[in-house]
Amino acid sequence: MPDQFEDLREAEELSEDEERLLDELGITGESRRRFLGQVGVAGFSIFAMQVIAQRQALAAGGTYSEAAADPISLENAVKVVFKVNGEKKTVEVDSRMTLLDTLREKLDLTGSKKGCDHGQCGACTVIADGQRVLSCLTLAATCEGKEVTTIEGLAKGEELHPMQSAFIKYDAFQCGYCTPGQICSAVALIDEAARGDASYVTAVEGGSNTKLSDDDIRERMSGNICRCGAYPNILKAVKEVHKGEETAATWKFHRPDEKAGADKEVADETV
Amino acid sequence: MRPFKFNSASNVRDAVNAVSKNDSAKFIAGGTNLVDLMKEDVERPTELVDVSRIDLRQIRSEGDSIIIGAMAKNTETANHPLVKMNLPLLSQAIFAGASPQIRNMATNGGNLMQRTRCVYFYDTSMPCNKREKGSGCAAKEGLNRMHAIFGWSDECVAVHPSDMCVALAALDAVVRVEGPDGKEGKAREIGFADFHRLPADDPTRDNTLKHGELITAISIPKNRFARNSYYLKVRDRASYAFALVSVAAAAELDGKKINAVRIALGGVAHKPWRASKAESFLKGNEAVAENFEKAAALELEGAKPLGHNEYKVELAKRAIVRALQKAVR
Ligand SMILES: Cc1cc2nc3c(=O)[nH]c(=O)nc-3n(C[C@H](O)[C@H](O)[C@H](O)COP(=O)(O)OP(=O)(O)OC[C@H]3O[C@@H](n4cnc5c(N)ncnc54)[C@H](O)[C@@H]3O)c2cc1C
Ligand code: SF4
Ligand code: FES
Ligand code: FES
Repeated sequence: MPDQFEDLREAEELSEDEERLLDELGITGESRRRFLGQVGVAGFSIFAMQVIAQRQALAAGGTYSEAAADPISLENAVKVVFKVNGEKKTVEVDSRMTLLDTLREKLDLTGSKKGCDHGQCGACTVIADGQRVLSCLTLAATCEGKEVTTIEGLAKGEELHPMQSAFIKYDAFQCGYCTPGQICSAVALIDEAARGDASYVTAVEGGSNTKLSDDDIRERMSGNICRCGAYPNILKAVKEVHKGEETAATWKFHRPDEKAGADKEVADETV
Repeated sequence: MRPFKFNSASNVRDAVNAVSKNDSAKFIAGGTNLVDLMKEDVERPTELVDVSRIDLRQIRSEGDSIIIGAMAKNTETANHPLVKMNLPLLSQAIFAGASPQIRNMATNGGNLMQRTRCVYFYDTSMPCNKREKGSGCAAKEGLNRMHAIFGWSDECVAVHPSDMCVALAALDAVVRVEGPDGKEGKAREIGFADFHRLPADDPTRDNTLKHGELITAISIPKNRFARNSYYLKVRDRASYAFALVSVAAAAELDGKKINAVRIALGGVAHKPWRASKAESFLKGNEAVAENFEKAAALELEGAKPLGHNEYKVELAKRAIVRALQKAVR
């Protein structure tokens, strides 16, 4: 019965926080194996949960005694096993913790941004089970078994995702704060269009999914607000990847060896 | 956010039982409305029961109706071939709401249950009868540009924010719910007009669902409106904004003659507003602009604007005419 064994292994696994705590305590390698052999993973988990609950309460502005004696946060701890950027993660979270905070605070994936924290801006957009969603309105506790892709998971090693390259090519940002959300959203948009999903624009005006009109792309990207107003260039980037054909960029980064020449040109112009 | 216990339910019975036995427990589906309101300290459940994994996601044809599961996401509902082909009005209304990310999370059941976006309801430092019975209504004499022109009471002048529900009202949908009293697997059915309510003297209640009752599905009678329907939404931005006024219009034509017509308005009342006066005027009449204008004027005779929303009266009239023109085109 392989299923039972799988469950066993699951229960024996340490969460990210527990791993970190053991590291902090200096219990590593062989001594970690021996230590866990003596107290058991479950026994250690109870201790770890108390420490973690205290730290979370402290981080939320509570006092130490309040944190130490807070049985509620302990009672409300939820263990979640899910995949992030292809890697299996086990985390223990307070039931109140959002996916966004879990990614940023517990998994050190700070690419997803907290803009409004209320579902209004799209800066926290990630892709969960193939769908773009808002991580600020998703409770981590609801993510059991899900596969989440964040901006950190789009590139293949050093090779950028085509949408990332297109954003660079068209200078589709200014401060860059909304950009991870814009890119995750745009990546999902391409898949949705390929599947034949409609939008309000397609639904009332008709039109084709294989060749989205500019208005349709704007509508489909409307869940991502850019306070710098980089919309025209975002549209160009999305359009290029959607159509899969390159158009000439209006500007480019200079390679280091071109830099001197470039500075000279600018200097010449200003004189 | 206040602490709460979290549980996930795998079937209707477990979910209903869990919520029924705790007065301050709530279901959570997509979380797009509830999590926001919990962050604002407006909703304060001590326990959440996740119903999103319950197998209520099917969209199917059943006799004379199309059934959409309560846990189906707004996106998959709007894109489903059965809905696109037979109920394009519903697809359009869903697509007009929120953003792609939110529609991917939002469930059909949750959409019906979403609460008002009245800014005073969201602000816990302001009086609001909907949030706290008897505390007063800050909007009645406050900034009420976004508020109701029909059916409000002195207790509350808020509007229901859903787009999807406006189409469901026009299409005479029926809400199927299961509760603690009912027999297992046997749903109570609530006609859409009776689901949401006007504020009257108890604005804390948005609808007639009882505590512990779970929406399991929405059933929509098959109709002949697919060829001639249109959802028009007028808002402050071109997209991703709540309606100032919206209109779901559908007609069944015999040449120029209107055999049947349905009109519902969003953004004007505490519930989706069926424009029955306009409907009865148009039935049997010709589908021409002049009649649309008369019908719209007749309906808006009953409007009672507040301090800042008189503009909605004229806007609603023109929106009705425009939506009908688009529908019969
Ligand atoms: C920024 C923003 C913009 C938006 N714009 C629009 C818009 O333009 N138009 C529009 O129509 N909507 C809009 N929405 C609202 C959105 O459509 C709703 O939040 C969504 O439909 C709620 O569904 P949910 O599954 O996420 O519900 P949840 O947030 O999970 O639940 C909402 C409520 O419903 C209850 N509930 C959930 N499922 C059931 C069930 N099956 N039976 C009984 N009770 C249940 C919950 O207990 C809770 O009280 C917007 C939301 C946001 C955040
Ligand atoms: S209109 Fe309703 S929701 Fe808004 S403040 Fe008044 S009572 Fe509250
Ligand atoms: S941070 Fe999630 S939508 Fe703004
Ligand atoms: S680039 Fe600054 S917010 Fe979009």
